[in-house]
Amino acid sequence: MTAALSAKEIVSQLSARFPGAIEEAGLDSALVKSESLPAAAEYLKTAEGLKYEYLNYITAVDYYDYFEVVYMLTSLEYNRSVTFKVRCYSRDNPSVPSLTGLYQGADWQEREVYDLMGITFEGHPNLKRIFLWEGYNGYPLRKDWNR
Amino acid sequence: MSGGELIINTPLAMQVTPADWPGGYWWHWLFFTVAIIVFMLVMVIGAIYIERRAMGKMQSRIGPNRTGPFGLLQPVADAIKVLLKENIVPGTADKIVHFLAPIVAFTPVLMIFAVIPFQNGALLADLNIGILYVVAVSSIATVGVFMAGWGSGNKYSLLGAMRDIAAVVSYEIPLVLAIIGVVIVSGSLSMNEIVTSQDIPYILVQPLGFLLFFIAACAEINRSPFDLTEADSELTAGFHTEYSGMKFAMFYLVEYAEAMAMSAVITTLFLSGWRGPWLPPWLWFIIKTVIVFFVMVWTRTTLPRVRIDQLMGLAWKFVLPLALINLFITAIEVIFWPDVSQWFFVIVNIALAAILVILFSKLFKPGWGRVEV
Amino acid sequence: MTTTQELTLKTEPFVLNMGPLHPSTHGVYRMRVTLDGEVVLDIEPIFGYLHRGIEKLMEERTYTGCIPLTDRLDYASAMSNNFSYCLAVEKLGGIKVPERAEYIRVITAELQRIANHCLAIGAMLNDAGALGTPFFYLWRQREKIYDLFEMLCGQRVLYNYMRIGGVSQDLPDEFLPAVKKFIPQLRHFIDEYEFFLKQNEILIARAKGVGILSKELATNYGISGPVARASGIRWDLRKNDPYSVYDRFEFDIPTRENGDCYDRYRVRMEEMKQSLRIVEQSVKQVPGGPFRTEVNQVIRPPAGEAYAHIEGPKGELGYYIVSDNSIAPYRSHIRSTSLINLGALRQMVKGWKVADLILIFGSIDITMGEVDR
Repeated sequence: MTAALSAKEIVSQLSARFPGAIEEAGLDSALVKSESLPAAAEYLKTAEGLKYEYLNYITAVDYYDYFEVVYMLTSLEYNRSVTFKVRCYSRDNPSVPSLTGLYQGADWQEREVYDLMGITFEGHPNLKRIFLWEGYNGYPLRKDWNR
Repeated sequence: MSGGELIINTPLAMQVTPADWPGGYWWHWLFFTVAIIVFMLVMVIGAIYIERRAMGKMQSRIGPNRTGPFGLLQPVADAIKVLLKENIVPGTADKIVHFLAPIVAFTPVLMIFAVIPFQNGALLADLNIGILYVVAVSSIATVGVFMAGWGSGNKYSLLGAMRDIAAVVSYEIPLVLAIIGVVIVSGSLSMNEIVTSQDIPYILVQPLGFLLFFIAACAEINRSPFDLTEADSELTAGFHTEYSGMKFAMFYLVEYAEAMAMSAVITTLFLSGWRGPWLPPWLWFIIKTVIVFFVMVWTRTTLPRVRIDQLMGLAWKFVLPLALINLFITAIEVIFWPDVSQWFFVIVNIALAAILVILFSKLFKPGWGRVEV
Repeated sequence: MTTTQELTLKTEPFVLNMGPLHPSTHGVYRMRVTLDGEVVLDIEPIFGYLHRGIEKLMEERTYTGCIPLTDRLDYASAMSNNFSYCLAVEKLGGIKVPERAEYIRVITAELQRIANHCLAIGAMLNDAGALGTPFFYLWRQREKIYDLFEMLCGQRVLYNYMRIGGVSQDLPDEFLPAVKKFIPQLRHFIDEYEFFLKQNEILIARAKGVGILSKELATNYGISGPVARASGIRWDLRKNDPYSVYDRFEFDIPTRENGDCYDRYRVRMEEMKQSLRIVEQSVKQVPGGPFRTEVNQVIRPPAGEAYAHIEGPKGELGYYIVSDNSIAPYRSHIRSTSLINLGALRQMVKGWKVADLILIFGSIDITMGEVDR
């Protein structure tokens, strides 16, 4: 059974290493500050006993005040999964560091989030629209997008 | 061994008409020209029908059965449909090359039929270099294919045409070497004499030669499993992507006419042509040609396609050495034991063929793999 | 004058556009392939031609009304989409599914897996050039599964069968006997197809060692399903993270080490056999009882979020649903297998030839409906 890491455990493990990185802990996911995202993700991927080498998905949700980018990682070795989120509060130019260096599977999923939600990923090698065509105006999946 | 010594010292002139032919030279020529054209068209229509029905049955489906009784008029319907289509020439095409390509591809196929005997002495031109003429002429069709690929102005067509050139060039040599085995045994290059000297069909006397000739012929005429020039899952339609209407009909015709021509050549060389009991000789010829064509359809339905480098690897590393070895063995047999009965050589050749094929297939590695980029 | 240096031919790479309409790209998928002759240097996939905005559409429909939308994602295996979505909503709303419904879901999901693999293997062999023969044979089995599904819910391809809290209709009386009759037939046929294809020289030459995906690369890209298992990753959600009643059945997870096209083909064949085992066991164990929990047609799950994933035929198919206690999902994201599996294509094809590119693409088994959503 893939044990989903509960929020308390994530908080305890990450905040020991990265003090101040965790903002809140929801029910079964943790909220990570966007500056410490690459370091935290790298720690989760490479540390002994963690080894979260498999990226399940990256997606984004538009709560009207902020965007929330959701990540889920799985450790195939230890059969555990962890979900964490990053928030960006800016509406005009939301931006989050990219995880493409760590997980190559993040490449297209971040492009999808950029295409449909408009969130830029810093450090992404090829941030172009993926489903919609170049020159399309607007980000359809946002809540305030009117067709 | 029947056939005696190899005679190649008569001048390369066309044989005069047989003395008993009524009307003389021009009447003979006219009759046979018309007969060959009609024969070829009828056989192509039959070939298309056989292919579609047989392939359908092998794929556990029915095949065309609506047009006419048992779907017999399906090729006619295909022909009419193709002829009524608009003739589109792409803007970037090289107009003259694009126009001439079907003609250059089609004419040599008709010319092959000029030396195929339908009955004893019944052929348009009983050349005493018959089989050499066949080999020479059949290569010209490739020029037509390349003209089609280039003249279309389309990268897919060019890729397809390039593959075709590579395939044809690679398989010319084994084709000719397999033929030379037959020529040595029969003692003559003339097609009619090759048939008359086959008391035992050469498929038994030259089993390895037959196998190699069949493979090389399938590769030359781009039949599956070597149909990568028109691989429709890769290149849309290869060199004839940009053709429509009558020109496409020509290419379609060329494909089946070449298959029929090669089947006829195989029948003449290896299956003792028109010889057979009870039935009239031309009927035997047709039956045998259809059987060979059916075997081609069979391999087409059963086998997946090879890749271009595997195709060339097969030619140079498998078929060519075997053809050379076959030539050696045949020459040794003919020179050293000319008086031994042919049945002895049948057994020896079949055993040697089996051993060599198994040995080579173990040693042979098809194609090369990934290229470092 | 030849020197000891190798003579290198100066070549120029060109870009070939395998456009959205192509006989072998499964769906509307476009690739710009940089070629050096026949060797693929790089590809640039371009898709979005089938983007229908399903994630946005789901925000405007009720939870039950989204189920037909989910069918259209991976249209080659519609039952698994329904399954995953219903699992996610049930997790969100804390809805318990009756036993009978769980068993029915497992039977339909496994039959759908068999049907999907029939299509995947057939299409891959079609791309390899076997002009449809294995495709037709395998499609016959898929048709029989269509007949079973038609008996069940009246639809053949896009079912809209599962509901939140169970399934929409109970099994008709003749369904289970028909499935029991179908299982040994299918077993016999799978053995027959394996016999035809497993040792086929040309298939081995085309597919073995071609398009290797290493284990590390597969993990890094997030590949799942038969593609991952062929590369050596022993990960199957039915065993590692069991959902529904999968922990009650005995079955194996076929895994192979090389990660080439041949291994992917073999993994799919073996998975079909394992799915048959599951169907056999579940058919014996189906209990009576209700087939659906009574929930409202228009349900309002409590506010929150949930992620549920299943082992679909192509890999991990998951739904991340956020609810704000209204009648429609606030946000639902589809973790689409094909999009993530397609990400690895670029690394897999560098250095291979055009023919291999098509074969590798066919072996990953992509449905564009899922990629583009």
